[in-house]
Amino acid sequence: MDRVPILRIGDVLLVSIQVDLQDDIALALQDDLSQRIVDTGAKGVLIDISALEIVDSFVGRMISTTAAVSRVLDAETVVVGMQPAVAITLVELGLTLSGVRTALDVDRGLAILAGRESGVVAEADDDDQLDD
Amino acid sequence: MSEETYDWVRLLQENRDDVLARWTEIVRGSLAGRMSATESSHDLREVLDALLAGQGSTDVRSPSYDGLRSLLAELSRTRARQGFTPTETAVSVFALKEAVLGLLQASGDLRGYRAFADLSGLVDELGLFMVETYSATRETVIAEQAESLLELSTPVVKLWDGIVALPLVGTLDSARTQVVMEALLQALVDTGSEHAIIDITGVAAVDTQVAQHLLKTVQAARLLGAECIISGIRPQIAQTVVALGIEFGDIQTKANLSDAMLLALRRSGLDVVKSGRGRG
Amino acid sequence: MTSSTTEPTTYAVAADADVVRVRQAVRDLAVQAKFSLVDQTKLVTATSELARNTLVYGGGGEALVALLDKAGRPGIEIWFRDEGPGIPDLDLALTDGWTSGGGMGLGLSGAKRLVDEFEVDTAPDRGTRVRIVKWRR
Repeated sequence: MDRVPILRIGDVLLVSIQVDLQDDIALALQDDLSQRIVDTGAKGVLIDISALEIVDSFVGRMISTTAAVSRVLDAETVVVGMQPAVAITLVELGLTLSGVRTALDVDRGLAILAGRESGVVAEADDDDQLDD
Repeated sequence: MSEETYDWVRLLQENRDDVLARWTEIVRGSLAGRMSATESSHDLREVLDALLAGQGSTDVRSPSYDGLRSLLAELSRTRARQGFTPTETAVSVFALKEAVLGLLQASGDLRGYRAFADLSGLVDELGLFMVETYSATRETVIAEQAESLLELSTPVVKLWDGIVALPLVGTLDSARTQVVMEALLQALVDTGSEHAIIDITGVAAVDTQVAQHLLKTVQAARLLGAECIISGIRPQIAQTVVALGIEFGDIQTKANLSDAMLLALRRSGLDVVKSGRGRG
Repeated sequence: MTSSTTEPTTYAVAADADVVRVRQAVRDLAVQAKFSLVDQTKLVTATSELARNTLVYGGGGEALVALLDKAGRPGIEIWFRDEGPGIPDLDLALTDGWTSGGGMGLGLSGAKRLVDEFEVDTAPDRGTRVRIVKWRR
């Protein structure tokens, strides 16, 4: 099974998803990331999804869970580069990734992690998934 | 030569050049110089050959007329796009009847009249086929125009580095709202802007569906990493929104565009101050 | 009014990689039918949700993909079929947030919002058949 590579830049882990994610690869990535956060003591995780043509509820959940797990491990997650069509579809699907930080591109994501920018963070709803 | 074997196919074959000349003349006359003689005679020769290829079948849908139908469909589509009327389009085939009739009158050939009756029915059906293709094409053209009009009416403007605005004017229906919202999100990505202002000063009314689209756009923008501010909410619209029970939640709203602009600037870490040199 | 359907292409849904294969096939067809990027994305996402349901809850099955034509307007029809346990309470399964495990409970209800036509035929121990259609705007 293929694995999504995780790069380390300073105290940030960078994941650039370049393949059409199948479920087992997404799950493996989630496991790998938490392990790497612990191993490296990383303070931030940047997930670049600019190459992803779709994000369905499974991958959406993987992203939300990863963000929550990293938070517990004292690392912040920023999701960058989502395509407009993907964002529109996710909202229609009922997924707003509440509590996950987002940024337009890798540069801005890194800036958020470096604490230079406030970034955009959706308010965490109680049910943590649905707004409608 | 027996009566039975003298059908319209033979009639046309034997008088091919004469028919073509008369036919071209009539079509040219009806199109009043909007089509050159060579162009129309070339088209008509092709149509005549395709018609003869059907070997006398009177069923327009028969496979032997495949070539004829595609020729006529192409001709109808071209005319529809060039702005000809349905009459000017269908006249190309209808004129064949007139041409053959003229020929029969000139020659006084009585056998030809029976053959003509068969041909006449077929030509009528071909004419209807052309009109059908014509209107289908017109509908496509209208749909294309409506679409380009939608795009025209959705200007996303850059107000400042990192701040874009979408001024909405007129009636917002569901389809249009969807198009403008897609345009806005794309503009955020293309310009790398983190702030968007959706100004609805010029919007006549907001119903539940439009409000839902606005909310979804704000949520989608957040997923991209950008924040939206909705400005220009007129008192009646504010009342409608409350009456409809639409939750704007944590979405930032401002009474007018300039307040929204100021907020967006501050969020970008900028501020507007008097220089002291002005006369104000 | 002319209405036609091409012969559907059948794809097996028996592993995670099959889900990816089905959605790529649907994407190709949506591009061929000149769907807008947003509509392509919506249809492919719905396909992904439903193919996963077939795999995870139905224990595997198949997806049938066909191109439709309604008076010159192209559409894409997809059937998902499995011989699994079926959905005991369909109304409940179509409620946002309901899940029997795995996802976020948005599979069926979410997919329904992304397409133009949505039908489910299911009963306990009879398997599940879901039909979706999306038309070009």
